[in-house]
Amino acid sequence: MSFFKFLMNDILSQPAVLVGLMALIGLVAQKKPTEQVISGTVKTIIGFLILSGGANIVVGSLNYFGTMFQKGFNITGVVPNNEAIVALAIQKIGSQTALIMACGMLVNILIARFTRYKYIWLTGHHTFYMACMLAAILLAAGFEGFSLVLAGSILLGITMVVFPALAHPIMRQITGSDEVAFAHFGTVGYVLSGYIGKYFGDKSKTTEEIKMPKGLTFLRDNTVAIGVTMAIVYIITALFAGKSYVEQELSGGMNYIIFAIMQALTFSAGVYVILAGVRMILGEIVPAFRGIALKIVPDAKPALDCPVVYPYAPTAVLIGFIMSFIAGIVGMFILIAMKATVIIPGVVPHFFCGATAGVFGNATGGLRGAVLGAFAHGLLITFLPVWLMPVLGDLGFANTTFSDADFTVTGIITGNVARYFGSTGIFILIVLLLIILFVPTFMKKEGKNVQVRG
Amino acid sequence: MKILVVCGSGLGSSFLIEMNIKKILQELGIEAEVDHADLGSAKGSGADILVGTRDIAMQLYEIGREVVSLDNMIDTESMKAKLVEAIEKLKKK
Repeated sequence: MSFFKFLMNDILSQPAVLVGLMALIGLVAQKKPTEQVISGTVKTIIGFLILSGGANIVVGSLNYFGTMFQKGFNITGVVPNNEAIVALAIQKIGSQTALIMACGMLVNILIARFTRYKYIWLTGHHTFYMACMLAAILLAAGFEGFSLVLAGSILLGITMVVFPALAHPIMRQITGSDEVAFAHFGTVGYVLSGYIGKYFGDKSKTTEEIKMPKGLTFLRDNTVAIGVTMAIVYIITALFAGKSYVEQELSGGMNYIIFAIMQALTFSAGVYVILAGVRMILGEIVPAFRGIALKIVPDAKPALDCPVVYPYAPTAVLIGFIMSFIAGIVGMFILIAMKATVIIPGVVPHFFCGATAGVFGNATGGLRGAVLGAFAHGLLITFLPVWLMPVLGDLGFANTTFSDADFTVTGIITGNVARYFGSTGIFILIVLLLIILFVPTFMKKEGKNVQVRG
Repeated sequence: MKILVVCGSGLGSSFLIEMNIKKILQELGIEAEVDHADLGSAKGSGADILVGTRDIAMQLYEIGREVVSLDNMIDTESMKAKLVEAIEKLKKK
């Protein structure tokens, strides 16, 4: 009994140990040599501790931002950043997140094995973030223990197949091949961009015929991009909050502009630390998942992270970023006018997701498709977080939140189903989604039989 | 020999390229340390060969190491050819 207690309290409730255990199982399953098993497991556990350290750096900076924004504009300001919100959340719901992630990856393999949707989701950090978001939503809806992990992992496994399936028709147009699928939780925005391109675009003129200045490429460096843009946002906020307020209440006498810049750069430093932690957590888990999945699903379509599409249209990448970011600024002013929670356009989601939306829009509607599609995407990821925050529970009060479209869409749907229909509603939703995934598979088989007979 | 694969945030695509490179090196019987990182960390990494997709590689040349620029993340054949070329160049130095 005391061993059971030890197992429950000290192992399964310790997220760092849980992720270490995932790595350990993965390494042993791949029959790796002992020294690699030890180093891999230890690195994974340390990765988790690094992540927690990064959260502490980010939270201080965000609290100052939140206070200054509230004082300056009298409304709540939110900087959407997946890394920051996950690192904050993990302090409380780390174990649930780790368990949902591990079981969700198994569900992904099972769905790929038994349905016609052969997608294996290889963007590990997004698996981790989605697991975290689902854990937060379900916890806020009153789920706990086994039912939380069960519902969370099935939902996670479903998202890991459904979103690549949604992106795949346009993905085929972009790459000209059926082999590679797309895995980035911003799909709703990219598909929206693709459809806008299809109906309002003009394929005769593509983005790649025009020349763009290369100056903006330095923004591909995450740390610099976050530092520079956040410095601008923090300085404006500090100006509105006022010199006397900032220097007397927050900075301990330090000049308010310098204080704003230092806090903005601290935010970027925290994100850098979190990224290093995430990289170490995933270092062993993703290759193990890939190895096992490709063995069990021989005809699998590996689904890859969004930069996979960038080389197909490098100009669309830049146009997409710029248009999405402009839409983010327009959206921000609309939210200010509505006196709603204000979503500050984050450079990271607008760069990575906006760029991808640009490529999708270009594939279906050329230059005009890329411009209009990426603009629509920018508005989408500005408004969706506002609806997500109320269903996130305690996490909804942080000064940061999930940014990319699929996190917010999945969160808004599951969160509201849970709110109005309770846990029964969630399980009905799961069954419906599974029917949608499984039924076409068997219909297709019957269809083939008919053809043979005919 | 140390090979570093680089992408914007050093999480997704660089990791996938790293896994492919490890497989290629294994096939070729070449021993090397392969890792992945974000653009900002590439400079201080001390890697002998830096790998990135074309858009990232543009910013890797200034570091002054051997650079492998990939036109495409998924074409392992050209990845292999370019990698072998870079390793040969490194040996001559």
